[in-house]
Amino acid sequence: MKIPLQWLKEYVDVTMTPIELGQRLTMAGLETSDVSFIGREWDNIFVAHVDKVQAHPNADRLRLATVNLGQETITVVCGGPNLAQGQKVAFAKLGAKLKNPESEKAQTLKAIKIRGFLSEGMVCSERELGLGEDASGILILDENAPTGTPLSEYLGDTIIVTEVTPNRPDWLSLLGVAYEVAAINGAEVKIPRSSYNEESPTIKQTCTLLNEAPDLARRYTASLISGVTIGASPQWMKDRLTKVGLRPINNIVDITNYVMLEYGQPLHAFDFDTLDKRTILVRRAKNGESLTTIDGIHRKFTNDMLVIADGTKPVAVAGVMGGAATEVSQSTTNVLLESANFKPESIRRTSASLEIKTEASYRFERNLNSELASAALKRATALIQKLAGGTVSKGILDSHPGKSDKSTVILEINRIKKVLGVALSTNQIKKVLTSLGFNITLIDQNSISVRIPYWRSDISIEEDLIEELARTTGYERIPATFLATSIPQHQKQPERELREKAKDLLVSAGLQEIISYSITAERNLDLTKKVEQTKPLRLRNPMSPEQEFLRTSLRGSLLATLEMNQRYGQDRIGIFEVGRVYLRRKDDLPEERDMAVGALWGGRAPLSWVGEQGKVDFFDAKGVVESFMSGLELEVEYVAGEDPNFHPGRTAYVKINEVTTGVIGELRPDIQEELSIPGEPVALFELNLATILQHLPKETSRFESIPRFPGSYRDLSLLADFHVPAARLESLIKDHELVNDVTIFDVYVGSGVPEGKRSIALRIHFKSPHRTLTSKVISDAEGEIMNRLVKEVGVELRS
Amino acid sequence: MPKPSLLEQLNYIAKEADSQLESAASEADIESWRVAYLGRQGRLTMLLRNLSSLPIDDRRVVGLEANRVKKLLEEKLNGRQQALKEAGYSRSLLEGGIDITLPGRPMAIGRLHPTTRILREILEAFTSMGFSVLEGPEVEWEHYNFDALNIPSEHPARDMWDTLWVDWADPSSQERNMLMRTHTSPMQARVMENNEPPIRVVVPGKCYRYEASDATHEWHFYQVEGLAVDTGITFADLKGTLYQFAKRIFGQDRQIRFRCDYFPFVEPGVDMSIDCFSCNGKGCRICKESGWIEILGAGMVHPNVLQGVGYDPKKYTGFAFGMGPERIAMLKYGIDDIRHFYTNDLRFLNQV
Repeated sequence: MKIPLQWLKEYVDVTMTPIELGQRLTMAGLETSDVSFIGREWDNIFVAHVDKVQAHPNADRLRLATVNLGQETITVVCGGPNLAQGQKVAFAKLGAKLKNPESEKAQTLKAIKIRGFLSEGMVCSERELGLGEDASGILILDENAPTGTPLSEYLGDTIIVTEVTPNRPDWLSLLGVAYEVAAINGAEVKIPRSSYNEESPTIKQTCTLLNEAPDLARRYTASLISGVTIGASPQWMKDRLTKVGLRPINNIVDITNYVMLEYGQPLHAFDFDTLDKRTILVRRAKNGESLTTIDGIHRKFTNDMLVIADGTKPVAVAGVMGGAATEVSQSTTNVLLESANFKPESIRRTSASLEIKTEASYRFERNLNSELASAALKRATALIQKLAGGTVSKGILDSHPGKSDKSTVILEINRIKKVLGVALSTNQIKKVLTSLGFNITLIDQNSISVRIPYWRSDISIEEDLIEELARTTGYERIPATFLATSIPQHQKQPERELREKAKDLLVSAGLQEIISYSITAERNLDLTKKVEQTKPLRLRNPMSPEQEFLRTSLRGSLLATLEMNQRYGQDRIGIFEVGRVYLRRKDDLPEERDMAVGALWGGRAPLSWVGEQGKVDFFDAKGVVESFMSGLELEVEYVAGEDPNFHPGRTAYVKINEVTTGVIGELRPDIQEELSIPGEPVALFELNLATILQHLPKETSRFESIPRFPGSYRDLSLLADFHVPAARLESLIKDHELVNDVTIFDVYVGSGVPEGKRSIALRIHFKSPHRTLTSKVISDAEGEIMNRLVKEVGVELRS
Repeated sequence: MPKPSLLEQLNYIAKEADSQLESAASEADIESWRVAYLGRQGRLTMLLRNLSSLPIDDRRVVGLEANRVKKLLEEKLNGRQQALKEAGYSRSLLEGGIDITLPGRPMAIGRLHPTTRILREILEAFTSMGFSVLEGPEVEWEHYNFDALNIPSEHPARDMWDTLWVDWADPSSQERNMLMRTHTSPMQARVMENNEPPIRVVVPGKCYRYEASDATHEWHFYQVEGLAVDTGITFADLKGTLYQFAKRIFGQDRQIRFRCDYFPFVEPGVDMSIDCFSCNGKGCRICKESGWIEILGAGMVHPNVLQGVGYDPKKYTGFAFGMGPERIAMLKYGIDDIRHFYTNDLRFLNQV
């Protein structure tokens, strides 16, 4: 909200600078986002009296204005059609900086000859002063404006722009802010005058009020002012409304807006003579009823909306906007002034379904105190009588079914220490709460009865009062202490531990971690459509098709990241993501499953003088997975697998205890081409961390002592059928009781090896925990192993 | 008296041999030196042969001196041989030298994402103060995200969290609505529903908002929530806990400041700033000239929230806080645009 400082000063003394005030308000919870100064650049501009207006000798549309600045009189050329003798205007002398209405840039005013007349100065428009948009004529000041005064002194102001939190509708009013300033300053709030003269007959004799929706209309008050004169508001009121950003309309409408800004209570004025049967009926709309609102739009209602009706038809959308047919116009003489309180939820729903947000609905949905309605009604009635004349009927109409009995809160003094950790004296409490407008009564030594002021609707429990005390005395006065209560038992989070360990293992394998958006475009999930069983969840209100579906796989974003980065010039990429996928469940929130995926592409090592290390392939991905699994102390089996996204024949399932926990492979070349990733293979892995978690060793592994007896190595060079898996050879060899380990150190196909065969060289480590093995024992063991290999898979020893 | 000439000769030979040895530069030079002085036909040997011609008394004197000189020369010979050998070895090592300015053999380096790193740092700060780390679902019921946190539907406070709703119709009659959680706070209610006090947890995780992205806002981001509930927990404890945290993350000299703010699930509610670590509070571009940087929201758990999970608000009090790790990482690592985090440009990720 925009708060003009000059206006605020009408209710409270402000002793600090505007910047300081902004900071203090911010600390107290009313965030000040900007402080701007109107008229700071108005050097050489003064309030002037128009002494004389003559025709320009050489131009029909221009006139010569003779203005009086008190000390001097100047005659200049003026084009403003609304200029008239006797007016007070803003006059710029040479050297003043004015906004050029066309270019919007500031220009220094120079003497200029216009149609033969040397003009040394200028009568300004609103737009040239940067006050508003109007450039059609000159700005006419209030007739009481003091001639010769610098304009910045007369019209200059400081605007404090605040961001109001939803709990404080009172801060959407000048009086609400004034109470805050008073509490900061130790000053007192000057409440504006609300008294007026009433005359018979009573309003009840003239007008009927029926509240048929007491659940939604918590209060409805109205006053009747007869014989008003509709016209423009006085200049000071127009200036204030303009500074806050409201457009002046006529005196009655301006007063309703003015009082809304003063008190925070929206008001509405009806042309009383347009109300059928002189009746106000507060009721729910009937389905299909409609009304043309003051913005000229025809609105259709449903029966959950609250309307104000006259004897036959709706005349206003309660708390949102009035109807065009009953609004105050130039011909209005009798005004029915409404000041009401509506249920916030109802206003919010109606305003949302009709798609109208107004100053009124904004305030009502923030839950105003219903006591505010009558206070504002009286103030507005008094202003109308003062500025538009007329007689006020005796009394007001008042239906108040929502009168709250919770206007006091009991504050236990020792509760303050329990919440804040520091005690406050009764005197301190009294001083702070009183300055904010609360009324204090001591009940006993430990409890105070606190009466909530009518403009506050956010205070209902003790803690609310404790916050008032804390924010006003300042949080810096509360000490900082360590938690002294007992530390709860540590709760283990195996999923999280595995996830974080997975990240560390993949980083130590040389991969870069990525984190990508969990909600993605449908096209990013197309790839895995054939893999996933479940349909992805969709957002009801996606911001764009790029962020529409909850991902069921990390593959799409992984490959998109790879594609993007190679396009940006990376020549080798190794990335992984550990993240959640979201899998639909019947009748419940989706399963959020932890997955780990990785992709490698391009050179195995960066370009270097050491020489080319080749391009990555299946075995690089497998190497990563192997080191990952070994880091988790898991025994893993790799078996040939199939996956619609992966290269047939270059795909493996990762199995633990015969359960598939992941897949490794090269991306299918046709998919790769579709994704515009250049030729070299993309090696991928995907691991289901949720499944892996179930297979993690339950007990911490223990170190074995270093063997007492030395082992021995023997190399074996075999010729095997091409289709015999290396893993089969390994497991057959490992079966022998003296074999500790076996390592494949060469695989060869080519000249010297018969068609359909391959040569495999293995190094076997023999070891016994009981003795040193003699070469005879080892040779015998080798023989046994060879026999088994020949028998089971038909290998030959290569000479 | 012995012939002075013989002793003189001995001295002369010793001096001459010494200087000759100095200039011997190779194994061969040394060998010819040895032959020339200590060999069978060498000058010292020859001189000693003439000893017998001396009177017996002189013979003893000259003999002793001659042996001394011989021993001396032999020692010098050894020393010289050793020195030459070492010099030769050093030379041969140098011949096997390399250009140490060539780059080393490249190792594959992996890095954690900056979010993972800052999250670990933040969580570590709290676990060291006895907090456990818990996580919750990112797809959440409206109830936990809003209602249980004292944010009923149709309350204008809901505008503080623009929500992405999941397209889902409740087959049961409960009319539950599913959404992407807009903050990690729903875990407050979940944790308290499932545990009795004392509670001391931090909850990291992804959150989502219906919000256009710019340099400081992302629709997809992380939060870290904190919650401590027990008898006797006060705002002063909140202050002490967050003070420790701020010092740990931003440095020992940090000051903290609280200002009143509104979050429906805490009362009193505040947000916390640290004094600007870049200008030490004097005012600069990072703190927008204010000297202070807002880093988190916090407060005392609202009695309605406690009541909602069946805790007695007269007996138990607690504090809660929530922060954006990306913002903290941006401040700490000098990252200028939050959109860098989840677009995964390696030119960004490889730096930090």
